[in-house]
Amino acid sequence: MTIIRFLKESFKTVLKGNKWYYSWLALLFVLILWGGSGYISQLMNGLGETNMKDPVSWAFYIGNFTFMVGVAAAAIMLVIPAYVYNWKPIKEVVIFGELLAISAVIMALLFVLVDIGNPIKMWHMIPFIGKLNLPNSLLAWDSIVLNLYFILNLTIVSYLLYTYFKKKEYNKKFLVPLMLLSIPMAVSIHTVTAFLYNGLAARPFWNSALLAPKFLASAFCSGPAVLLILFQILRKTTSFKIKDEALFKIAELMAYAMFINLFFFASEVFKEVYSNTEHLVHFKYLFIGIGDNKDIVLYAWTSVIFSFIAFLLFLIPKTRTNFITLNIGAVLIYIGVYIEKGIALLTPGFTPDVLGQIYVYRPSMVEIQTTVMIFSIGFLVFTLLTKVAVAIIFEDLNIEALEKKRKKV
Amino acid sequence: MSEIKDKTKKMEVSRRDFIKTGALVTTAAVVGGCGISKEEFLQQHFKELTQEDVKNIKKRLETEYEKEFGKKFSVSFKEPIPQTLFGYGLDISRCIGCRRCVYACVDENNLSIDPQIHWIQVLEMEKSKGVNFHHANLHYDREKVPDDDHFYLPVACQQCENPPCVKACPVEATWKEKDGIVVVDYNWCIGCRNCMAACPYGARHFNWKKPSYIDPKTKKKSELNEDTHYLGNRPRPQGIVDKCTFCVQRTREGKYPACVEICPVGARKFGNLLDPDSEISYILKNKRVLILKEELNTQPKFFYFYAT
Repeated sequence: MTIIRFLKESFKTVLKGNKWYYSWLALLFVLILWGGSGYISQLMNGLGETNMKDPVSWAFYIGNFTFMVGVAAAAIMLVIPAYVYNWKPIKEVVIFGELLAISAVIMALLFVLVDIGNPIKMWHMIPFIGKLNLPNSLLAWDSIVLNLYFILNLTIVSYLLYTYFKKKEYNKKFLVPLMLLSIPMAVSIHTVTAFLYNGLAARPFWNSALLAPKFLASAFCSGPAVLLILFQILRKTTSFKIKDEALFKIAELMAYAMFINLFFFASEVFKEVYSNTEHLVHFKYLFIGIGDNKDIVLYAWTSVIFSFIAFLLFLIPKTRTNFITLNIGAVLIYIGVYIEKGIALLTPGFTPDVLGQIYVYRPSMVEIQTTVMIFSIGFLVFTLLTKVAVAIIFEDLNIEALEKKRKKV
Repeated sequence: MSEIKDKTKKMEVSRRDFIKTGALVTTAAVVGGCGISKEEFLQQHFKELTQEDVKNIKKRLETEYEKEFGKKFSVSFKEPIPQTLFGYGLDISRCIGCRRCVYACVDENNLSIDPQIHWIQVLEMEKSKGVNFHHANLHYDREKVPDDDHFYLPVACQQCENPPCVKACPVEATWKEKDGIVVVDYNWCIGCRNCMAACPYGARHFNWKKPSYIDPKTKKKSELNEDTHYLGNRPRPQGIVDKCTFCVQRTREGKYPACVEICPVGARKFGNLLDPDSEISYILKNKRVLILKEELNTQPKFFYFYAT
């Protein structure tokens, strides 16, 4: 059976590697253990181990969740040009975008799971077995689209790798519709996640029609920013091949996305500042603080400034095509969007709370540990998947080569 | 495991139930180690419970609570009274901000002392600014109330006709009953807190830890109220959301909510909106009332008014 062979060879590939590979895995395992110890104490004692309280009832976990959904959605960033416009240089790397999407969705789902107060009752969310509140609850929709997106990408990637492994051409009739479907699906996961906040009339900070478009624009920046750096690392450390031209093209698309993101941001600031209603208070908390509570002000400005600098770096062709400035830009975007979709989205939405009270939230050690655990699991999943994919696509791991080797022996 | 199998055989099950049970039995085995019984783990949604289920759950909970708290509890499943829609009136001009209602509510409804949960939150507001949450202080601490320059606005669940929390819940663990009370099935809630984000009144509270009834400062243990309702004041598990239920355990028996009874100045009124002779109907007819955040179209059944 070829499929068993495929799984067996994939498993073997994952176990083989140089000392850098092993050290990287060891580091991830250590981090998972350290983070896991925090998570276990949360499991035992409840979410009281976090610094969330009734006024700020979603925080670090859900912020990370939102960011990860964005990264996952960004796989389309690469699928669209590659398959719709048949743009060759990117085509071969689409698969790695999808691997990133799979890893990011796993992380997003884990961030929801650790935020649940009663995880043992999670089966209530399984369609037909539990009682999913459709069509009313956006959270119910979100769980459906995220799981579908996960299954879809997993199917596409496994199918592609398996056909490469068999040294066969893929079946276009099967694959192309799935790929095309993955585009609206990617849009939908981030849109539904935005609607989750957007639909809450009680929270004026999120109750803006620009929220979903802004989510998409920022995802088009953060996802590729991760990929830009990953591709360079893979190019250095494995037989992975990608042309410079493709990297620069991705950076160019990011510049446009960042422009739209900044424009949306400016529009929101204008609306709030000029109309100067009571709702301005949340922006005030974010950018100047209320009284002595200036905890997130530094983060807010860092996010805006970093995003703007990165926009310039990616807009100007000279800095875009220079690897030093390109990488600086990617890191700045990553940090900028991570703050924007995390702490700068969640805490001002809840502060001041619906009764006008201020609770200053900072993540607890347990929250940081749990987050580190999930990030490490995500990196681990991505590393292992990428290891297999690189071997199959670039290092001649396929059934023919294996047969040849066997005959020689 | 064999015990679960035997039980499955004995039960007359529909196909859907069979699939449900089959899928859940394996998980139930794992659950055994996690501190909740398999009966609780497998318990169905409130609206799908048979009379038999209700009897078993009642018995199970009463035994559980007796074991844990050392006294006999009664867990009622009393349904809404027909032709009843509860409404609440609060006279802002009378309220003196003494917070007696807050603590009467804590005692009546078995609210967690540590971490502290208050279903009623009394806000102190400046007289010159009117009802405005941006100038409200929840944590006022005065030797004497009322303060001359301030008035007081107690806020609890507004029992909306159009409740955003119910819409938000991903698993239908919270809903509006026929008598207008928005309730939570603590055994079905998964603790995602989407309802808390959705509530414009801060009326929903999360049990961040297992509720404790010992005051962390004085070490005094508070006495639990053993007259409980399944959807109301029964002791709560950890990691779920609870909220004011207009004292469902009392009001469905024809009594007033605890906060109405305790109020020393008679600022709190309660009654049946469908009964034209009720006190609350009288207030709506003869006084000028206001509701909080009317622009959100939540349509509260909690009316504030100025009697004088």
